[in-house]
Amino acid sequence: MTTVVQDNPLTEGLERVPVHPTTLVIFGATGDLAKRKLLPAIYNLAHEGALPDTFYLVGCSRSDMPHGDYRQLAVDAINEFSRREPDPKVLDALLEDVRYVPGTFDDESVYARLGETLDEFDERVGEPLNRAFYLSTAPEFFPVIVEALGRAGLNDVKGETEVRCIIEKPFGTTLAEARELNKRVLAVFREKQIFRIDHYLGKETVQNMMAFRFANSMFEPVWNRNTIANVQITAAEDIGIGTRAGYYDSAGALRDLVQNHMLQLLCHIAMEPPVRFTADEVRDEKAKVLHAIPPPTEDDILDMAVRGQYTSGVVGGEEVVGYLEEQDVPEDSNTETYVALRLFVDNWRWAGVPFYLRTGKRLARKVTEIAVTLKPVPHLAFQQEGSIGVRPNQLILTLQPNEGVSLALAAKIPGTRMRIRPVNMEFLYGTSFLSQSPEAYERLIMDAMRGDATLFTRNDEVEAQWEICDPIVRAFESTPGPLPQYEAGTQGPEEASSILLPGDEWRAI
Amino acid sequence: MTVRDQVWTADDTSPSEIDAAIRKLLIDFHAENEGYWPARVLNLVCVVDREWSGEIANRLRGVGRYHASRTIVCAVDGRRTTLRAKATIATDSEPKPGEFALLRETIVVECGPRHLEHLDTIVDPLVVTDLATVVWSPHGHWDALDSLRRLAQVVLLDSVDDPDIDAALHRACSFSDGLYVVDLAWLRSTPWRERVAAAFDPPALRHDLSIISEVNIRYHPDSLVAGLLLLGWLATQLGWETTRLMTRGDAFSGKLKARRQDVQVTLEPQPIGVRGLAGVTIQKANGESLSLDRGEGGLRAVRRRPSRPEHAWTILGASRGESGILGEGIRQALLRDPTYRPALVAADAMLHR
Repeated sequence: MTTVVQDNPLTEGLERVPVHPTTLVIFGATGDLAKRKLLPAIYNLAHEGALPDTFYLVGCSRSDMPHGDYRQLAVDAINEFSRREPDPKVLDALLEDVRYVPGTFDDESVYARLGETLDEFDERVGEPLNRAFYLSTAPEFFPVIVEALGRAGLNDVKGETEVRCIIEKPFGTTLAEARELNKRVLAVFREKQIFRIDHYLGKETVQNMMAFRFANSMFEPVWNRNTIANVQITAAEDIGIGTRAGYYDSAGALRDLVQNHMLQLLCHIAMEPPVRFTADEVRDEKAKVLHAIPPPTEDDILDMAVRGQYTSGVVGGEEVVGYLEEQDVPEDSNTETYVALRLFVDNWRWAGVPFYLRTGKRLARKVTEIAVTLKPVPHLAFQQEGSIGVRPNQLILTLQPNEGVSLALAAKIPGTRMRIRPVNMEFLYGTSFLSQSPEAYERLIMDAMRGDATLFTRNDEVEAQWEICDPIVRAFESTPGPLPQYEAGTQGPEEASSILLPGDEWRAI
Repeated sequence: MTVRDQVWTADDTSPSEIDAAIRKLLIDFHAENEGYWPARVLNLVCVVDREWSGEIANRLRGVGRYHASRTIVCAVDGRRTTLRAKATIATDSEPKPGEFALLRETIVVECGPRHLEHLDTIVDPLVVTDLATVVWSPHGHWDALDSLRRLAQVVLLDSVDDPDIDAALHRACSFSDGLYVVDLAWLRSTPWRERVAAAFDPPALRHDLSIISEVNIRYHPDSLVAGLLLLGWLATQLGWETTRLMTRGDAFSGKLKARRQDVQVTLEPQPIGVRGLAGVTIQKANGESLSLDRGEGGLRAVRRRPSRPEHAWTILGASRGESGILGEGIRQALLRDPTYRPALVAADAMLHR
């Protein structure tokens, strides 16, 4: 029998839709991510009055400490990393009832104590609260925690409440691991309960890509293989690996950024318009794009993938060391700090259009952008000397540092002759909106508590992403070094141009 | 904080001179550094008494990030017969290499009473075409506001500013016929409306909207309008038939007709330190009630249910302060809330019908 849920007319016109009362449990509550991102995000939601009316926070981690010490840790983290100066009254009220459950994640008694804490909150309120478990731990603990939650009976709903599981990246480090992790997680939670984080999807500009494409009629006629010559997606950083050698050296650039964030950006550029902006309809369209990208064969990889490793150089006027000299990096490391790929989306809209993806550390500058290069005009009447001339139009969607859209056009240089040079038509996001974009984690935590999975990665998307990257990972791992090298502060390894089709060129970083 | 500005001033000037001057200032800024970009969000036209223009400037400085991109202040000086203008382009930051810094434009036009009837002809050349234009007249000058109607899409009001509540409600109703009204009195009630909506949002509790039997609204003694708007919102969203409220001392009370039963309503002033609402209690026919009152770090909520212990807790949220409310008003000018006008009409009816 279908139950008809009555509408709530009081929510009409409100910017914020109410969220059901919730207890949020953070596993890895003393870790770097919790301190830098999650706790400040929760504070900012509290400050803005965006948290559920009834909200409790529970930290769970290995370090043994009483509730009061965890409260102080949270206060310190929020004071240090919040994007706004905390209001002491709100901070006090937020952390007044914070609880901390210490223990190792494979210790069943942790989950029993956690269950007691959650029940205590339910009893205090007089009804069951929604529960959200945020797994912000090392990835090897994801299945351990999920299965322990299942054995403790914490994975299921009571009455009309919901239990949700938010899982940080990386979701596996190979296709086999991702499949295994999906299998183990889906044995405990249903897919609609699982929220796989890709924090790029929480960024306003990534969401704006859909508004840009699907709320403007001018782009659709050119958004296909007939007009577009190539698409370049760049995520360049000028910084090195800092103190993250332990993670980065085992991951590398491909796993760190391409397998998740950059393929998601590609999906946003290449997807068909969804019929409705609902979680499954958006994710269905993204999954179709991923399934249309043929996984490379072993023979393809030399032709479509290039990796590199930075050597010492100068960045921003400062001399910096090479990757192999970074703290805690093995001196014979074969880990790529740069990767460039050429992919094709084999469907009606995109067949034959190369999608170039590149990311790297210690490049010339920090920029994340998508450049869509249009085919040149078929005939040009103004080939005049003394001008730069006509270049193909480029539409640049910049995610950082200056969020915006820029269109490179050809224009006449003032004067008596018909001389042409490229000019830019710019839209800078920050010039046209009053609101400051919320941190990606604020949006994602709220969406997860609300049960809206639109900005989270579904199981089939994760596996499809790995199907594309896994052969490349294996080829990289089985190819002995040394890797192509590039000087810190430059555009990347020269070898990157080898994957470009004739006539294509990398856009300057 | 302004780190750099350029200023142009002129006596006995004209709108076209001011427009030319601001264009030149923009070109000069851009020539100096291509990283300077003018913000293009909305025009805010303020009509103020010249003697109080400093106070309004302070309020506008306090709105945080919600600045209008071009602010045109028409400062009315009873003795002035010609126009005097000061145009300023300012930025809060220097552009770093590869980044940009936003420019904001402020034009102060000192004018006399004789200019007010046709103020639109002075303001029209100064607004940025194609941007939404918001008009705000915190010191009255309603004739000037009437003149600006054709230029504006949005009127910013604060219904609690006017001690004559009848006039305030009539004026808001009149402006809302053709323009979008952003009423700061309404915005102050947003957290309250959000919380009341949230209290009935769990599917199991939505049915309880039809068994609300009593509503008690408490407000700052100067903010009856805020209480009436909240009650008007409940009435229109829940389909209650409104009737004229009776006065009893400073308080108002009455019975509104819901589909199942009458809803007993009371509005009573309560001395608190800030304008707006002080509290609300909603009683249901099954004996349950929810009270919300101002508290430390958010709203203090108390839920009472028959034969169960009382549950009290804090609903988290920082106070936005009066500057924050004005900033929110500017931000709301770019949004649309379809529930304000029906609530306003209901509030007006409860006071007058």
